[in-house]
Amino acid sequence: MTGRSAASKTASKKRRGRRAALEEPSVDAARHLETYRQMVRIRVFEEHANDLYLTAKMPGLTHMYAGEEAVAVGVCDALRRDDYITSTHRGHGHCIAKGARLDLMFAELLGKAAGYNRGKGGSMHIADQENGNLGANAIVGGSAGIATGAALSARLRGTDQVVACFFGEGALGQGLLYEVMNMAQLWKLPVIYVCENNLYNEYTHFEETTAGTILDRPRAFGIHTAEVDGQDVMAVATVTAELVERARQGEGPSFLLAHTYRYYGHHVGDIQRDYYRSKDEEAHWRSERDPIALYGAWLQERDIATADELGTIEAEVRDEAEKAVAFGLDAPYPDEGEVTLHVYA
Amino acid sequence: MSTPSRTVEPRAAAGVRTITFAQAVNEALAEEMRRDPAVFILGEDVAEAGTPFKVLSGLVDEFGPERVRDTPISEAGFAGLAVGAAMTGMRPVVDLMFGDFLTLVMDQLVNQAAKTHYMSGGKLKVPMVLRTTLGATRRSAAQHSQSLHAWVSHVPGLKVALPATPYDAKGLMKAAIRDDNPVVIVEDKLSFQDKGPVPEGEIVIPLGQADVKREGTDITFIATSSMVVVALRAAETLAAQGLSAEVVDPRSMVPLDTATLVESAKKTGRVVVIDEGHQSYGVSAELAAVVADGAFYHLDAPVKRLGAMDVPVPFSPVLEDLTVPTPEQLTALAREMCGARS
Ligand SMILES: Cc1ncc(C[n+]2csc(CCOP(=O)(O)OP(=O)(O)O)c2C)c(N)n1
Repeated sequence: MTGRSAASKTASKKRRGRRAALEEPSVDAARHLETYRQMVRIRVFEEHANDLYLTAKMPGLTHMYAGEEAVAVGVCDALRRDDYITSTHRGHGHCIAKGARLDLMFAELLGKAAGYNRGKGGSMHIADQENGNLGANAIVGGSAGIATGAALSARLRGTDQVVACFFGEGALGQGLLYEVMNMAQLWKLPVIYVCENNLYNEYTHFEETTAGTILDRPRAFGIHTAEVDGQDVMAVATVTAELVERARQGEGPSFLLAHTYRYYGHHVGDIQRDYYRSKDEEAHWRSERDPIALYGAWLQERDIATADELGTIEAEVRDEAEKAVAFGLDAPYPDEGEVTLHVYA
Repeated sequence: MSTPSRTVEPRAAAGVRTITFAQAVNEALAEEMRRDPAVFILGEDVAEAGTPFKVLSGLVDEFGPERVRDTPISEAGFAGLAVGAAMTGMRPVVDLMFGDFLTLVMDQLVNQAAKTHYMSGGKLKVPMVLRTTLGATRRSAAQHSQSLHAWVSHVPGLKVALPATPYDAKGLMKAAIRDDNPVVIVEDKLSFQDKGPVPEGEIVIPLGQADVKREGTDITFIATSSMVVVALRAAETLAAQGLSAEVVDPRSMVPLDTATLVESAKKTGRVVVIDEGHQSYGVSAELAAVVADGAFYHLDAPVKRLGAMDVPVPFSPVLEDLTVPTPEQLTALAREMCGARS
């Protein structure tokens, strides 16, 4: 790190202070609309990803984030660009929320050289280090160590960066999580464990796999905990802002439990779902708990945006996404020589 | 991927049907669970979901959730449970969804299951089976595509079977369940829907018995798992070009039927070992060494290996397809070794 950037960092730290929580009156309409747009971008991205898969244009398989948008967007709203996140197999939402471009993401999902990982990672390994996304991960719980290590690194490098570690409630089954939470609390590391409880570990309800109470687990280490309605983007952003502030001040890790729901199957091919969750349940979440609809209604009630303005945002996003898909489809595949490139640094 | 017709028919003739690899595994488990109440299955989404590959569909209906037991996503934990259950009178079959997750269970397999019998001076035993997968070209990227069977093959105390056909899948599974040692069975996830002849009822293929999948005289292909079909395809192409290739499938890495491999090498004088693990430090090196050692004075060419490229499996299809040996590569290599004009 150069002296100049270190100096400017301290200056900007003073200037910036705490980022206003999304629900504070001081937050202007532009920021609200940006938050809304981010959620719509995720939703529309996933619609296209699903279509690309179903029309056999996209290789492999992918896990949709639709329904859970408020968690990624709310958490990332409280983060700076130089803060880190680690993500999961259901990672498109995290990637977008942290600032990624849709065109480079589609290119990656389609295995093209222009993609974020030059086509080598695909949906389950998408990473965007320029925006602090250390990567999706196809090993459940696999990023808990990475996130905690990044937090240790922030401490050792003397920055005030914070790390958000996203994982599904299924990852609560992995021993690694408990090993690293212990160290995070011992060493007061700036990491926020964000548990996205969408009720199902693949095809099994989490109550069949999770003994006791989720939050008692981090509490056993003395880790600060919070719980939030993961369909309410403002609530997520507000509580995360507090957790981020604690972490920046050196007060250590925290654990955020967000209650949410995935609209699609576990992965794109999981179409026949009645045996593990009912159509009524799906319909209920879609009609009553949709994070975009809820936020849109709130914005209109407060006269922050009109229905027309929200419609315009959606239209713009659809246009952006269509162009991004076309970019991905038209982009060339990597050269064959790439196959042996990047095995070693 | 379809399985080319076998030239060597299954030995049992009665009640032979054509079923898929997945059905063959399912049938073996069901038969063993009926036969022996100590046999039970545990793993993620094994019950109602029948695994993501649907290999275990229906078993929970017959045997109930006690014996087809869904676990949390806790691979190290349930592998450890299996070791303990096996030491105390049960015969667990662990379902490890992807072979890539072997990394998560290695301590339980390597330091616990594999060594318990030996360390206890023969007093304790660990009769467990761990089923898992190998194989790329499913566009599943680097953490869901590996072929890590060499890792477990390296550990004394573990047995390792690699069924390549529905017939072998059934017979090896039944043998593994009855074995008093920890046995790792690695299945090619692309082969689950492949069909082949499988007899109804009792077939038990002893571990350590290779199978000559095609007879030939000019060159031997020692092929494992997913590469058996590649070797058979290459052999067919070569036959049309006047070269006769023999395809030998060891079927288990541990124990290894060295006699059959060496015998074939002596007969043809040329050997290619083909396996989907990374070429370096893989099982192919061991198989090649066995042949070089046992048939040295009969060989007309150095023993060759064909394995997956030594790179993590890339996502992009155009790159991924380069990493796994193909019939075309094997055909070209065989022609070169036989001195045929290309
Ligand atoms: C260690 C490991 N075990 C199993 C799997 C297979 N798998 C992929 S996603 C998944 C369920 C994850 O559930 P959860 O963590 O709640 O995340 P969600 O899919 O609900 O977002 C499983 C079992 C895996 N990828 N990694």
